[in-house]
Amino acid sequence: MAEITGESPLASRTELLAETSVPGSLDIGEIPFLTQVTLRVAPEGAAAARVADTLGAPLPGPGTSAVAGDLLVLWMGPDEWLVVGEQGRAPDVEEALHKALDGEHGAVVDVSGQRTVVEIAGPRSEEFLNKGCSLDLHPSSFGPGRCAQTLLARTEATLLRRHGATPVFWVLVRSSFARHLADWSADAAAEYGEGAVLA
Amino acid sequence: MMLIPCPWCGPRDEIEFHYGGQAGVAYPQDPQAVSDQDWAEFLFFRDNPRGEFAERWLHAAGCRRWFGLRRDTVTNRVLDSDDTRTVTQ
Amino acid sequence: MSRFRLRTGGRIDRDRPLRFTFDGREYQGYEGDTLASALLANGVHQVATSIKHGRPRGIMAAGVEEPNALVQIEKPFPEPMQTATTVRLADGLEATGLPGQGRLATDPDPARYDSMHAHCDVLVVGAGPAGLTAALTAARSGARVIVADADTEFGGGLLGTSERLDGAPADTWVRQAVAELDRYPEVRQLPGTTVFGHYENNYLVALEHRGEHAHTRQRVWRIRAREVVHATGSHERPLVFSGNDRPGILLAGAARTYLHRYGVVPGERVAVFTTDDSAYAAAVDLHDAGVEIAAVVDARGSVPPPWESLCTERGITLMPGSAVVTTSGRERIDQVRVAPWWQDEAAPGAEHTRIACDTLLVSGGWNPAVHLHSQARGGLCFSEDLGAFVPDGYPPSVRSAGSAAGEPTTDACLASGADAGARAAVACGLTAEPADLPRAGSVPVRSGRTVWMVPSPTDSTGDTQYVDLARDATVADVRRAIGAGMESVEHIKRYTTLSTAHDQGKTSGTLASGVITELLGRSTGEIGTTTFRAPYTPVAFAALAGRERGDLYDPVRVTSIHDWHVEQGAPFEDVGQWKRPWYYPRGDEDMEAAVLRECGAVRSGVGIQDVSTLGKIDVQGPDAAEFLDLVYTNKMSTLKVGRVRYGLMCHADGMVFDDGTVARVDEHRYLITTTSGGAAGVLQWLEDWLQTEWPHLRVHLTSVTEHWATIALAGPRSREVLSRVAPGMELDKDGFPFMSWKDGTVAGHGARVFRISFSGELAFEVSVPWWHGREVWEALVEAGEPLGITPYGTETMHVLRAEKGLPIVGQDTDGTVTPYDLGMGWAVSKKKDDFLGKRSFTRADTARTDRKQLVGLLPADPDLVLAEGAQVVEHPELPAPPVPMLGHVTSSYRSAVLERGFALALVEAGRDRIGDTVHATAGDRLVAATITDHVFYDKEGARRDG
Repeated sequence: MAEITGESPLASRTELLAETSVPGSLDIGEIPFLTQVTLRVAPEGAAAARVADTLGAPLPGPGTSAVAGDLLVLWMGPDEWLVVGEQGRAPDVEEALHKALDGEHGAVVDVSGQRTVVEIAGPRSEEFLNKGCSLDLHPSSFGPGRCAQTLLARTEATLLRRHGATPVFWVLVRSSFARHLADWSADAAAEYGEGAVLA
Repeated sequence: MMLIPCPWCGPRDEIEFHYGGQAGVAYPQDPQAVSDQDWAEFLFFRDNPRGEFAERWLHAAGCRRWFGLRRDTVTNRVLDSDDTRTVTQ
Repeated sequence: MSRFRLRTGGRIDRDRPLRFTFDGREYQGYEGDTLASALLANGVHQVATSIKHGRPRGIMAAGVEEPNALVQIEKPFPEPMQTATTVRLADGLEATGLPGQGRLATDPDPARYDSMHAHCDVLVVGAGPAGLTAALTAARSGARVIVADADTEFGGGLLGTSERLDGAPADTWVRQAVAELDRYPEVRQLPGTTVFGHYENNYLVALEHRGEHAHTRQRVWRIRAREVVHATGSHERPLVFSGNDRPGILLAGAARTYLHRYGVVPGERVAVFTTDDSAYAAAVDLHDAGVEIAAVVDARGSVPPPWESLCTERGITLMPGSAVVTTSGRERIDQVRVAPWWQDEAAPGAEHTRIACDTLLVSGGWNPAVHLHSQARGGLCFSEDLGAFVPDGYPPSVRSAGSAAGEPTTDACLASGADAGARAAVACGLTAEPADLPRAGSVPVRSGRTVWMVPSPTDSTGDTQYVDLARDATVADVRRAIGAGMESVEHIKRYTTLSTAHDQGKTSGTLASGVITELLGRSTGEIGTTTFRAPYTPVAFAALAGRERGDLYDPVRVTSIHDWHVEQGAPFEDVGQWKRPWYYPRGDEDMEAAVLRECGAVRSGVGIQDVSTLGKIDVQGPDAAEFLDLVYTNKMSTLKVGRVRYGLMCHADGMVFDDGTVARVDEHRYLITTTSGGAAGVLQWLEDWLQTEWPHLRVHLTSVTEHWATIALAGPRSREVLSRVAPGMELDKDGFPFMSWKDGTVAGHGARVFRISFSGELAFEVSVPWWHGREVWEALVEAGEPLGITPYGTETMHVLRAEKGLPIVGQDTDGTVTPYDLGMGWAVSKKKDDFLGKRSFTRADTARTDRKQLVGLLPADPDLVLAEGAQVVEHPELPAPPVPMLGHVTSSYRSAVLERGFALALVEAGRDRIGDTVHATAGDRLVAATITDHVFYDKEGARRDG
């Protein structure tokens, strides 16, 4: 697996996000350089079935994600998924998906640089996200594995609630908007930091 | 803030959507064969009813699908949304 | 302690005195006071003078309905137009009374404002008796509940009365209810929170006051509720009589609230004028607190039995069948005149009783607070029993409970709240148990006499009979409106400004309808009310803006190379939400000098520009070629793999709306670019056609704008620079011809390189994945250093492309310009059966020969740079208006290579007029300019291969 040596969209905000985080309450940090490949394929066809075989998991339905080995598959639209993996996996994921399509109509596009991933974890994460996101993030309507494309801090974002004992969300944000989201986060989360000092 | 039912993503706030105007205005089969009058009607003329209106919406900040719904333009109440989900080939 | 503050009682903390200043004088109040209760405790009634008539005005209410007591807060932070009745007292508070209008702060507001989205099954607005039973019932069913109340503590009307529930003081039950709500994890309590708007699909917006010392001073809640219960209470209505506006005249219920909530009595000798039962409780409570009650004047013919005996026991004088006809007093009321007025008589009798007093309590009945119900499109009807408008017809998933629904007693409020809470829970699919309710043992309430105005013996026009104290609108004003022919309450409201002040007519709205009713001789139900609109109470713009101000005002998009531009001191230009470097000043260069230098470098050496902001869309599928043929004016299916073509997109009306390049990646795959600002719109547009008109086409579109960082190298020496960092890449003009692309390695990274040019010079565009953008940029800058590589910004790019006559969509076009108008007929295919826009080129309007066409414009004075937007006219002297406009300047710059100012302009039939002299506005004069071809430099395209 090739290590990526470049500069991630939030490289300049690493410190800011660390300072913004409040231990035990809210943790915000970038997970840079993840492999992201867009897959377009008719959901009911033979090609989709081959893709599912290749991934080792059925393609997830609307609003959900699936864990497929060391890959994560997010539903993005009725014939669109985002396959997410460790950094450097794009070439082999692309190749595997192309192979599964086997010449049938579909699309496979490496979009690893298009978005970066911000992880937001901790008991405050739901409330924090709701400062800029109108979705109902209560576990009863947005439980582990659920994903949604929506607006966060007035930028397009894909939200995913990960499995875990404490709330953990991934926010996939367009690289050009990532700094805005980080700066917004620092402002929105500032009150939790003050609370921690008082406590 | 209307709550608009995306046939794929479920109800979402209006600001996630892009309005597409009146539904059912089809692009003529052969535009070159259409009279100037009919072509102008296609380009520029739309209904603007008080009450029920069938219209197009795009879930721009979501799944990027276009869909249709009927809305009461007086109360902004959504009467129903398209069952036929549009899927590209 | 002042004689107006009781030694005990109320919900204030006498151990925590607070000092404050009002109109320059120092006073003392207590923690738990409002500014109004603290002023009354100090014997201060007059707070302001009225906006039009300059009459002294005092505190009239105890809540948001206050029409008079407007103050300007000076400290802690200047805030205009606050009602003294809702300002929480704080140590060091400084305020002054306001005659209607306040003053905005000139300093930036140091406070922070926040916003929060929330969802719930049941939203209960109001936490009085009905709100609390609604919230409890819904919470017990397991519902996700939000309960909000404007007051700092829950309890509503129960906090301002001497009421007992199950034999104990009502606040004991309130405490228990709040404690129970605390135990449910899915219940959110929002005290100090005013729900001010109810919009479609149960979207409610509320303002939470978090306190001056909180991290965020105020928070706007945007709540989406499945079910809503409006337990918003009611507002007491004043009465209209001559001199009804003097300080010292208070609503009876407000006086009761000041007594029980704040331990404050409003005066020493109090008269009461009522048309219903509720004012008797105020009289009895104040008497028991040691206040002399001068008389209770009741417009009804008799006093209800329970109150009669309670008053008689206390020696309170009762005057049924009477009315207050006028008052006197200078800065405060000192006397009322009472006349007999039996129910069937048109006007009070001529004999007056004079009663000395320092306070007059009035009650004209109670108006349910139907504001939110009405905003939600709930219906209203006039209840003759209550003499008020009550909810009549509910929108889906909305209910009212308690006095907001017209319930007259505490017991009825408790029951109706529980019922509404249960029905809301059931509507959410939950099971609600019948609630175990406390008992107030409310005495039955006899209906009031609906009195809108008391005819005056001395003021037949009504000049001293105030309907809306906040607006100084009187009965005389209503008479004038009706005299002018108005009958609709909406018209009269606008004519008289009734109910249009900060309080939006909370005390005056229904009263206005009643007065109009009476003057027109119609029924109140027929007249109706004016429309209730959000916000229910004033909301500061700062709160609505939240954190969307300063750097967070609008999302900002930056490229992966952004920091480099910042380090070089480049100013930025906004392009959509993108920040693009505008130019790179060196030393003390101004923009013009920097741009001339940058242009010169590109034309003679090599320049480098960050063009990552261009939109990029991956187009894949067996029908990709057919699809692109339909959406571009030119033919893309004939493009060979490895080649690039410029493309124009038109709307179906034939007008240009975007342009870019199309690169064929392989047989079934293209990469297209869009303008920086147009990327999202183009993708939406393409998806629209693909999904709704041509779903048979097998094509997928994927935005890859940010996957790639893209760097333009332009100038005769660009090949040399690129060759130094891409040693393995064949770059000569045959191996890498103009309008082609290839993959390779640039500065050690996989890259896609395009040989395209927006300046006419030899040029390359290098795309690498986002995270290598800056590294590759720096490698190119380093490699170009010996050749004097010059970074250039958007301004230089604009000049260079304008010298070549290349339009910028959105600058040289405005949605009314066809490819032919741009002189780009070469980009419109004649071979395709159809494409978007084609049919429109034969419309009569688009085929006109006098359309505005893009041409060049050279000012006669070569030093002059015309203003963009300058109008183009025929003659050096303006003829009499209307002056025929020939067009306007769309782009204008100073050119290094032309050594003069030059412009592009859209001019009527411009291409037929090349060589003509026209005139353009330049400030207040007209200057001559010659129409030229729109290509100014290197017309033959000799420079593109270097």
